[in-house]
This record gives sequence, structure tokens and C-alpha cells, in this order.
Amino acid sequence: MGLRLSEYERILEILGREPNETELGIFSAMWSEHCGYKHSKKYLRLLPSRSERVFQGPGENAGVVLLGNGTGVALKVESHNHPSAVEPFQGAATGIGGILRDILTMGARPICFLDSLRFGPADDGIVRYLMDGVVSGISFYGNCVGVPTVAGEVFFNESFRGNPLVNVMCVGVIPDPHSMARGVTGDPGNVVMVVGSKTGRDGIRGAAFASLGLSEDSQKDRPSVQIGDPFTGKLLIEACLEVIARGLIVGIQDMGAAGLTSSASEMAGRSGTGMIIDLDLVPKREEGMTPYEIMLSESQERMLIVAEQEKVQAIMECFERWGLDAAVVGKVTADGRLRLLEKGAQVADIPVDPLVSPPVYDPPAERPAYMDEIQYLDTSKIPAPDDLGEALKRLMGRPNIASKRWVYEQYDYLVGTDTVASPGAADAAVLRIKDSGDAAGTEYGVAVTIDCNSRYCFLDPRRGAMQAVLEASRNLSMVGAEPIAITDCLNFGNPERPEVYWQFQESIRGLAHVAESLGIPVVSGNVSFYNECDGGKRAVFPSPAVGMVGEVEDVRRIASSAFKDEGDIIFLVGPMASGLIPFAGENSAWETPGSGAEEGGEIGGSEYLEMVTGEVRGLPPAAIPSIEAKVQALIRSAIRDGKVKSAHDCAEGGLAVAIAECCIQGDRGARIILEEKGRADFILFGETQSRAIVTLSPADQGWFEEQARNAGVPVRVAGKVSGEDDPLVIDVVSGGSHKSLKISVDELREAWEGTIPGLFDDDGDVNGGDGRG
Amino acid sequence: MKCGVVVFPGSNCDRDCLFAAKLAGLEATFLWHQARDLSGIDCVILPGGFSYGDYLRAGAIARFSPIVEEVISFAKKGGLVLGICNGFQILLEAGLLPGAMLPNRGLRFISKRVHLRVENNSTPFSRGYKMGEVIELPIAHGQGNFYADPDTMKKLEESGQIVFRYCDAHGEVCDSANPNGSLGNIAGICNEQGNVLGMMPHPERATQDILGGVSGLVLFRSLASLCGV
Repeated sequence: MGLRLSEYERILEILGREPNETELGIFSAMWSEHCGYKHSKKYLRLLPSRSERVFQGPGENAGVVLLGNGTGVALKVESHNHPSAVEPFQGAATGIGGILRDILTMGARPICFLDSLRFGPADDGIVRYLMDGVVSGISFYGNCVGVPTVAGEVFFNESFRGNPLVNVMCVGVIPDPHSMARGVTGDPGNVVMVVGSKTGRDGIRGAAFASLGLSEDSQKDRPSVQIGDPFTGKLLIEACLEVIARGLIVGIQDMGAAGLTSSASEMAGRSGTGMIIDLDLVPKREEGMTPYEIMLSESQERMLIVAEQEKVQAIMECFERWGLDAAVVGKVTADGRLRLLEKGAQVADIPVDPLVSPPVYDPPAERPAYMDEIQYLDTSKIPAPDDLGEALKRLMGRPNIASKRWVYEQYDYLVGTDTVASPGAADAAVLRIKDSGDAAGTEYGVAVTIDCNSRYCFLDPRRGAMQAVLEASRNLSMVGAEPIAITDCLNFGNPERPEVYWQFQESIRGLAHVAESLGIPVVSGNVSFYNECDGGKRAVFPSPAVGMVGEVEDVRRIASSAFKDEGDIIFLVGPMASGLIPFAGENSAWETPGSGAEEGGEIGGSEYLEMVTGEVRGLPPAAIPSIEAKVQALIRSAIRDGKVKSAHDCAEGGLAVAIAECCIQGDRGARIILEEKGRADFILFGETQSRAIVTLSPADQGWFEEQARNAGVPVRVAGKVSGEDDPLVIDVVSGGSHKSLKISVDELREAWEGTIPGLFDDDGDVNGGDGRG
Repeated sequence: MKCGVVVFPGSNCDRDCLFAAKLAGLEATFLWHQARDLSGIDCVILPGGFSYGDYLRAGAIARFSPIVEEVISFAKKGGLVLGICNGFQILLEAGLLPGAMLPNRGLRFISKRVHLRVENNSTPFSRGYKMGEVIELPIAHGQGNFYADPDTMKKLEESGQIVFRYCDAHGEVCDSANPNGSLGNIAGICNEQGNVLGMMPHPERATQDILGGVSGLVLFRSLASLCGV
């Protein structure tokens, strides 16, 4: 059951006797990594979780922050990695259903989903089968419940072969945060109800399954994967929001991982109460379910509600009107115990407090011996390309950089009529919040994003985690939004291995440092360990995905990434790699420049390096929160002033890819001149962070330069936007040498747009066939 | 002009349609799927979504709901009925419009903005558009591949029942601009009398500049202008 001997001994102590099968199952679920956070709790405390905007920090089903006008925004991200590995369609679908209920539980109406997906190499048929299933699953559930899926990321790398990562995030809105719901029981005597779907034998032991490594044998765990019913999910949204808005309930909690077990014990645990539940009263899908099965079932679309006796009738009527089951199954008690009855006999009796306080571990952590070797990069061995235009085109067609249109066009990203910046149009999605306007006719909104560069995290977990926060906040700033809250999904291998635990610790320290520096609280999150295959021989690249929400004061004042008009001035905002050299040795370890900076570009861990050498290696780019904060503030304020015509950050693929994307989006060429010391390919494709491509009309050039001077931000005019049929031309002038890149925008677009659809079109059978080979 | 937006279990564009109708100056209210009272309603909107989960076939179960029975007699008496996306599918299942919907040609859900050419601007819904005008509206559906037998197609063509067709940005009706394989690039059709319109694209999603355009607002304004709003 996944319990250690020492844990079993502790259970004996707690109960003062041998547990029966049901009790053991309950402990095993609650003390699983998935529910109990036993390997992460200690370090999660390092993450800053306070700011004046935080209305509900970690500890509830989701965090809630306040916008300037008092509107509450709930956010949470969760992983559904293991279920998606063995059953991609249902695994991803139920991931969406689960995260939706976490938001709903707060009394928030869900307004959008995001997905952060990681797969093995895109040329592998099984990877395509997984990706097709995952995307279809998200599309199936998200589209049906009528919540738009507006942003996300897809990343391919060998380390995710066999263990894909499927992280899904949901954001919701609570117009009046004081009506926020919580997972509490209130006073003894209150009534416990199960609402939504009936309980069946699906997903039993799902939480335990999620807390083990994957292996060949994992296919036999397919019954541990739940089945999603988005139609019922949609009804549940409406019915739950109605009973919460009408003040009919005391507390509510999603019956997600470990179902009735976790919802009942966590609600009682938060309130210092107990619960007695009569299992005969739980609506069931099938006959003859044992207490163990009822308690551990992860049947979807269920909620546990606690209410005062006199409100029960009204709640029943509401759920009945929406065609959902609602049943009284028990009572809140004062004895602090979880007691279960079956046919009048008590079948379990566990004190709640120790049940919800699993042992906390701080296992040994050790910097892996291979770190020095993978961080070493001999840049002189990297061949320089003959044709820079050709190199750029190849880079644009790399699955990690290529357009993800194939994915997001399967998602209904406009339902709700609030999507102001659609997927692909800007660095973050922007949603308006209806009825939040003021007299001046402005409309409040939020910007959302989720980011992580797993390569950086592998090469230097602390830097990588820092970059994830920096990039997410940069993406929000590129649309003009002020970052206000983080939800993080921490994906790692087996924490009982010292090198994995070291990666975890380093990542947390990186996240905490940048979140603290930028003043963005972490209000909710999820930890997913044991992401590995082949008996632990292969762990995934550490991947702390950072989901972030930003405030947009007026959704009419945002920026997109497309170049707009011929003649607009193209600014490069932020440092070139050479500008980082002075930092070396003066500052903390993570501010030293990444590999290749001396030669003109931080090429360590870059997409370009992997394309040219096939290797993930070197020191990833420097992470310098102080520079980042200034760059972002400058661009945000210029966008709010209405001066910025386009803004796009430099991420994977560096400067050249960022410019090419602006050209493709705007259907415009560009003429760029870069005077810079070093190798042309490093200058163009190095991934120095804290940079952005921003355009303004020529009339605003002087204004922007002055703003930048005042803010202490390095900016330079890199060139001008050209006409519709013009090519992208970049001249790199380095000392005496002069290299030129020239390529048509159509050619770039073809490479960028064609890659992902091409993966699926050449194998038309991925939908129907089993694809497992 | 008072609109009633039907709420089926699984409708998910009901709130969007109500918002759009009000934006256009129409009075609007929700109609519960089990209701039978349409008194005071001038136009019924069947919104998009997945009525009853659409697990059998899009619109196949909604067609038997109490409200749809009422909508059928309402339409036969000349009442205005607009079915959008799932609402269009329900109108086909209910027999208020001819033809059927098949899964999209590519067998995938498609969500994107498409161009449409206005083929008939004499219906109460499309009178605000110019004949032949090219507009942009979003689509989001898995089963929008319109099919009808040759006789029905001929009749639709001849009696001007085709209201919107998928086209390219220049207004050319071609296969490359057909997102789902619909016969005749059909995106929306009306009945012979012109009081029932079914369309796959979502006009309620293009009603404000911040949403990327106001092509859809014109449709709701057409209804509003019927009574001088």
C-alpha cells in the first residue's frame, strides 16, 4: 500500500491496535506523497506567501488574491502526470475536472484554464499518441464545461519519454471575496452531504498510484485512472455556485485525490472537529462496494458539503433541479475522530489530527556528481553555421519553438466572451472581468501565463527555477499586466534519491528568492514527485512550472507581439550578454553569466545548442532579478501610457527567434543591425534573459529613450519594421566582421507553423489506432 | 423585442448570448429547459454548448425537452428562433431546419476565427449586413460539417435559405476556407419563411472591439432595429 514500516508502527501507536483494511487504506492515502506532502512540506514553507493582495494563502483548495477594485481571483495548478502517462485522454480530462473543482470550491466562477505539457521527443510515435490523447482530453473536458483554455506551453525532451508532465491550471473570479467558501465543517451537529455524481469503483488508489514511479507494469494501473464526465462537471459548477451564493452551506470541498477519505478528514482537520459517515447513505453506482472501495474511490464530479440542518432541504432541491444527486451521509462531531458506519456497525475509527498530519521527511540531499560535467561547455567546439537565415529557419521549426496552433485550436479559448488576448497573440493571455468597470468606462482584467524551461532547471535547478518566475512575470509584463500571484507545480523524480532531493531544494530556493525579490506571493501549488521510468533509472528534468496571474487595470491598454506598421522603431530592451560580464564574480552565483557570454551570447542550455550539438549542456543564462524588475516596470508603464505598439520577450531561441515571431504575427519584415562583440550565431540565438523586443512609432522614440534612461534600463534601437512583402534582414557587425541574415517571412512562417501539424498528418492513425506499437 | 435564451443542462454560451443581446439593446431573459411558457417572448435563442452532454449526438436529446416542443410551435407561428452552434444542431434535430451535422472533416474540435460571406440579408437576423459582405466570426465545434441530400441542397440554394458561407478574407468561397467540410461551405441557413436561423459561428463572441471585432453585434442589432431600438 506504499506505507513504510515506520509509518505502520506509528499507525499502531495512534490507534492503539491493528488497523483494519479500511483504516489502513485511509492512512495509506492520506500519508501518500500526493495527499500528505511529506517530502516537501518543510521546504514549501520557504516560499513567500504574503502580500497586501493575498486574501487566501496556501492551505485551502486554491489561493485567492485581490485586484485593485476588490474582486477576488482564485488560482491553482495541479499535475495529472501519472494518469496521463497510462491513459492520456482520461488522465488529462480528469486533470481539468479536478482543477476546476478546486477553484469552484472557493466559490469562484472558473474563467480560464492553462496547460503546461511536457513530452518525450516529438518524432516518437508513442509521444505523438500521448500528446494527441492529452490535448484531446483537455479539449473534451474544457470545451464542454464552457471554460476557455487560453494559454500554456508544450516542451519536448528525452527525459519525459515515458513520463509526460500534464500540469493544468485554473483561474476563477469571486466578485465579493467575503462570500468566499472554505473547506471547513463549522460546529458539531452540522450535516455532511455528498453531492454530484454517484460513487463507483473508478480511480481507486489513484493518490497512491501517483506517488510511485512509473514502470512497464504501470499499464496495469489503468483502472486507477478516473473517468471524466464534463457534462456533470458543468452542472456541478452551476449548482455549487448557486448554493454558495445563496449562503446555504457552511463548507465545501472537492472529492479529488483519495475521494471521500481526504475531503472528510481535511475538512474536519481544518476545523478541529470529527465526522461520522454512514457509508450506506453514499449514492453508489454499483452494488456491493466495500467500505475500503467507497472511501478510496476517486469517482469524479463529486463534492463534500457541510451545512446546517435547516438548509439541507434547499440544497437538495437545488441539486435536484440540476439533475444531480445529493445525499445526507453523516454529521460533524465534536470528538475529533473520523468514524465510518456500515449496516449500523462501526467499520473505522481514526483520530483526525494525526491522520492529516503525516510524518514529515527531510531526506538527504546531494549535488549530483554529474553537475560539473553537464555544466561544462567548450564553446569553441560548436560549429558556426554557414547560413544564418537557414539556421534561424531550422530553429523556428524545432518543436519546442514552433507554433502551438495545432494544440490551442482544439481548445475553445473564446467561450465566456472575455478573452481579450487569445492564445498565440501575445506573451500572456488576457481576460476581461465582466461588470468590473468604473465610471470612466475602463474594464479590469487579468493576464495569465505558465512557464518553465526544464533544460535550465536540469543544468542548474536554482537558476532554472529563478528563470521560471522571471519569465512568467516577464510574459505578464509584456501585455502590460502587473504580476500579483504565483501558483506552482513542482515536478521531480523520486525524492528519496539524494540528487533529486537536491534538485528539489535548489528549485524551491530559486523560486523563493525571485518571488521575494519581485514581491509576488506563492498562494497555492502542487508537488509531484516520482516522475520517473524504468525503476528510477531515468527521472524527468526537474520542472517547477510557474503559473502566474497579473492585474490589468484597463483591458483596452494592452500589447500584443505582432509588429504593426512599417517604419515603427524596434527597440531591444534589456542587456546583451556582453553587458552581463561585469556581473561575473561580483554577485551571487546565479548572476554570473551563462556559458558563451564572452563570445557574444549565453548559449548554455539553449535550444540552439541542442539543435547544433544534440546536447543539453553548459551553464544556463544568468538570473538577475534586479535587472528584470526594471525592464518589466519600464515596459509595463509604457504600455499603460498607450505608447507601445508591440512587445515580445526573448526566450527560447533568443533575439532572432523573438524578432522572427513578431514578423510572422504582424505579417511584416524587419531590418535590424546589431553591433556587438562576439560570434554572430551566439549574438542571435543566445538566450540572455530579461530582454524584450518592443516597437514604438518614430514619434515616440525620444520619449521612450528618456523613460529608459530615467529607469536605468539599457535600451537600444535595433532597427525598423518593414513592409508586408519585405524579408527579415539582420546584420551583425562584430569588430571588423560583418555577417548578414536574410530570409523571407513566409519561409519562416512555414517552418514555424508547419512543424506540429506535420507530426500528426504523416501519421493519420494516431486518433483511432492504439499507437502503443 | 424580448429575447429568451434557453438554458439546457450543459449549455455554456447561455450567459454570453444574454450579455450580447443586452449589449445590442435587447431585453433578454433566461428560459429554463423544462419551462413551457413563452409568453411575451419575441425571439428565442438556443445557445451553444453541450446540451445534456451531447453524448448521443449533438442536439439529439435537447430536441425532446419541454422547451423545444414549445419552440417548435412558436416557430411555426412565425416566432423568431436563432440557434447558434449547439443551438443550430438542435434546430436540425428538431426538424425546424433541413439537413444534419456530421463530425468535422478533420475529426478534431476546431476553435478559430473564420471569414463568412453574407448570402442573404433579408432575414430579420441578417438585415444589418450588406449583401455579399465579408465578416469575421469565431467558430468552436466538433460537429459542424453540414450535410443535406442533393434535393434539399438544391432547394436551399434556390430559395435563398443559405445565409452565411465560409469564405476566405477576400470573400471567395473555396475549399481551403472551409473549416469543417460543410457542403456548399454552409455556415448558416434559415427556413423558407426566414424566421428560423441556425448558424455554427458564434456572433455573441464578436460584439466588442476588445473581443476582436463587432461583426456579431450587427446580428443582434438587426433584431433590435426590428422594433426601433
